[in-house]
Amino acid sequence: MSGSIPVSSSIEPQPPAAAPRPARSESPGARAWRRFRRNRLGFVSLVLFAGMVILSLFAEVLANDRPLLVRFNGDFYFPMVNDYPEQVFGGDFRTPADYLDPFIKDRITKDGNWAIYAPIPYGSRTLNYFAKEPNPSAPNRDNLLGTDERGRDLLAQLIYGFRVSVLFGLALTVVGVALGVLTGAVQGYFGGKTDLAFQRFIEIWGSMPELYLLIIFSAVFAPSVALLLILLSLFGWMGLSDYVRAEFLRNRQMDYVRAARALGVGNGRIMWKHILPNSMTPVVTFLPFRMSAAILALTSLDFLGLGVPPGTPSLGELLSQGKTNLDAWWISISTFAVLVVTLLLLTFMGDALRDALDPRKADA
Amino acid sequence: MTAPLLQVQGLRVAFGGKEVVHGVDFTIAPREKLALVGESGSGKTVTALSLLGLVQNAQVTGSARFAGERDGAERDLLALPERDLMAVRGREIAMIFQEPMTALNPLYTVGDQIAEVLQLKEGLNARQAWQAAVDALAACGIPDPERRAAVYPHQLSGGQRQRAMIAMALAGRPRLLLADEPTTALDVTLRGQILDLLGEVQQHNGMAILLITHDLNLVRKFADRVAVMENGHLVEQGSVAEVFANPQHSYTRKLIDSRPVRDVVEAAAAQAPVMRASGVEVSYPVPLPGFRGWFRKGRFVAVRNAAFSIDPGRTLGVVGESGSGKSTLALAALGLLPHAGDLDVAGTRWGPDATKNKAIRRVVQVVFQDPFSSLSPRMTVEEIVGEGLLVHEPALALADRRERVVRALAEVGLGEEQFPGLLQRYPHEFSGGQRQRLAIARALIVQPQLLVLDEPTSALDVTIQKQVLRLLQRLQREKGLSYLLITHDVDVIRAMAHDVVVMKDGDILEAGTVAQVMDAPRQDYTRTLVAAAS
Repeated sequence: MSGSIPVSSSIEPQPPAAAPRPARSESPGARAWRRFRRNRLGFVSLVLFAGMVILSLFAEVLANDRPLLVRFNGDFYFPMVNDYPEQVFGGDFRTPADYLDPFIKDRITKDGNWAIYAPIPYGSRTLNYFAKEPNPSAPNRDNLLGTDERGRDLLAQLIYGFRVSVLFGLALTVVGVALGVLTGAVQGYFGGKTDLAFQRFIEIWGSMPELYLLIIFSAVFAPSVALLLILLSLFGWMGLSDYVRAEFLRNRQMDYVRAARALGVGNGRIMWKHILPNSMTPVVTFLPFRMSAAILALTSLDFLGLGVPPGTPSLGELLSQGKTNLDAWWISISTFAVLVVTLLLLTFMGDALRDALDPRKADA
Repeated sequence: MTAPLLQVQGLRVAFGGKEVVHGVDFTIAPREKLALVGESGSGKTVTALSLLGLVQNAQVTGSARFAGERDGAERDLLALPERDLMAVRGREIAMIFQEPMTALNPLYTVGDQIAEVLQLKEGLNARQAWQAAVDALAACGIPDPERRAAVYPHQLSGGQRQRAMIAMALAGRPRLLLADEPTTALDVTLRGQILDLLGEVQQHNGMAILLITHDLNLVRKFADRVAVMENGHLVEQGSVAEVFANPQHSYTRKLIDSRPVRDVVEAAAAQAPVMRASGVEVSYPVPLPGFRGWFRKGRFVAVRNAAFSIDPGRTLGVVGESGSGKSTLALAALGLLPHAGDLDVAGTRWGPDATKNKAIRRVVQVVFQDPFSSLSPRMTVEEIVGEGLLVHEPALALADRRERVVRALAEVGLGEEQFPGLLQRYPHEFSGGQRQRLAIARALIVQPQLLVLDEPTSALDVTIQKQVLRLLQRLQREKGLSYLLITHDVDVIRAMAHDVVVMKDGDILEAGTVAQVMDAPRQDYTRTLVAAAS
């Protein structure tokens, strides 16, 4: 390891005896990152996953039923961002143009006009009224992975569904971690009666039947991603809170905390600056696993029909379609593959992260 | 000279290609007491453990010829297969460890653990083994052995646990006992007793002892011969009298010379004291047993009716054994524990009001014992040392603050020239002594008048201990600092203190100037304490 010296060297360097050392010091975080990068499987997983997420963030460019750019009769049009009536392109109606309509397609691509379509010319909700096969249709030239039972392109569904899942997982993880760290920190740092009261509250809160509450709430309120996020967050922080509490309980009696208190450092700063950075190991280690659990939770709820509002692209809903249309193998197999790859990448990242942060593992 | 019991030649131990013991040769004659001395990291424990094949993941080379008693044949311990080695362990060579609490299994009674050894090694039946275990405990000076054999390790006191472990090690009647820092975890008054016990059983059983220690006092009192280790090399060996009278190697001289030296000045008296305490009492709530414990908590009084005062430029040494309440007193003096009674710092009393206390916190600062837990591993040197300024002089500009940090570091002897990029380094890059310097710099930066030193050198090797004490003495002379020095080490008290307070079980037994208390102690307890250290 670059900057380290034996923990207690028997001869302490005195001012004249300068020990040659590299100039840059490595922070514990930088060390963990270096160790993480050395784990090839974990690092490749991170790169792949990040690539997939970034690609899915540009899903509108990848899969869209509207052309990205149209040149028609000497003018530029941006159907991706603006609505244009069909009349603009020589149609009969004032309704928005359907760019999959062979007539419109013909108008905007002939006679010196041109249009740039997305690589996948279907959006997440696009119903292709001009399909040549009954729904669900098997993979063909028009729909690379086939269509679902309503005639929507499966590949577009998967891209948008992956994005929803990952963003939802990310949001749920962030909210859960923030709540978990906050509550854990308060319990662990103040201890005593605060801790006692909070622990009892967690016991009561934790014994509420989460799934039934979800069912009841999805019946009472209009289902939405935000509602799901709130409901799942309300129960998702408890597991992490216990770990953070234990870390804070341990770290608050370390001498460096005592020294900070003796210096007159305030409670908030001690928690934030002294204890929290030293208590983050379980939090960081669990991040990928929490995220895969969140994705799985959303998928399961969608599968049961308790999740996102109908029409939203979702992996769980696709799985449920796959179950109803067992003969349409392309639905279940491709959705299943996306889900497995996502969860597997997250698990590999989690394993690598755990090893990188494990103080007992040698550096080599 | 008789044939050696154990002859070690060219012993090398390496972990993953990194050698930590570089070719060590020594012999132990039957009935000989050899001390292996060195500082932490010198490889002394690894040397001993590797003889019994107890070091994991290590490549051990060399030879260790051991003359077994049972068959008279000489065997190379390092070449023995694990099966044969198991027969040697406990029966021919036994080992005792530093910390008896972790070396004894907490789930079995002491008697069971000793009886198990006897059943395995001596082939006794259960009843015989139990009786032999009771006898072994009795032989190791445990009173009421029938009853003590039936208790669990945590129910014994520290000294009794160590005795029980010795009894267990001796149960197989080994010819060689490896004693790894057998007294380090014990209080000073117990150390002598355990050493006496080891000496007795050594005489009685006619065995040899390899004593591994860093404590030269112990070596002088106990061993016949001494071998000095430094960084995996055996630099010197010889009879104790010879080596101590006429050390050949510079490292040995340095070790022998590492006793702290008194270099303090008497401060000008007749100024208002920095800290004055009278009738200070600190207590902890403890759970009560049974039904009563549901409604009330008991009280454990850790410090009772403490009174002292510290004048500017002077050091008050608080000496006592573990559990005497001296560290609790230190925390109370820092305002970190609620207490009853009067405890004034420069005329102001600690109160419940945090903002009012903040002014006092500037006056009293602290240096803790363990330099590894007293610095946050996730903060840089600049953040650690500069934090006090953030609290007490928040208006200070970044550049000024940095300059003050550099100055404080220079005062404790840390500078850019030895550590390029010093301010941005993290604590794990520094050795124990250097970390302790960082901790002192953190305390000094707010320009306190009083430093509470809680065992400031106990976790350090002897040679580094001397350097840190010298630094503290210099700072006191230059800045007129007062120290409240908490320690169990009488040598440190002699070197540092002007006034001394002796604590036992929460009470102040004796107080006075260092000369009065150390040279003419009035209490028996103080006398034992002083005698044990010399």
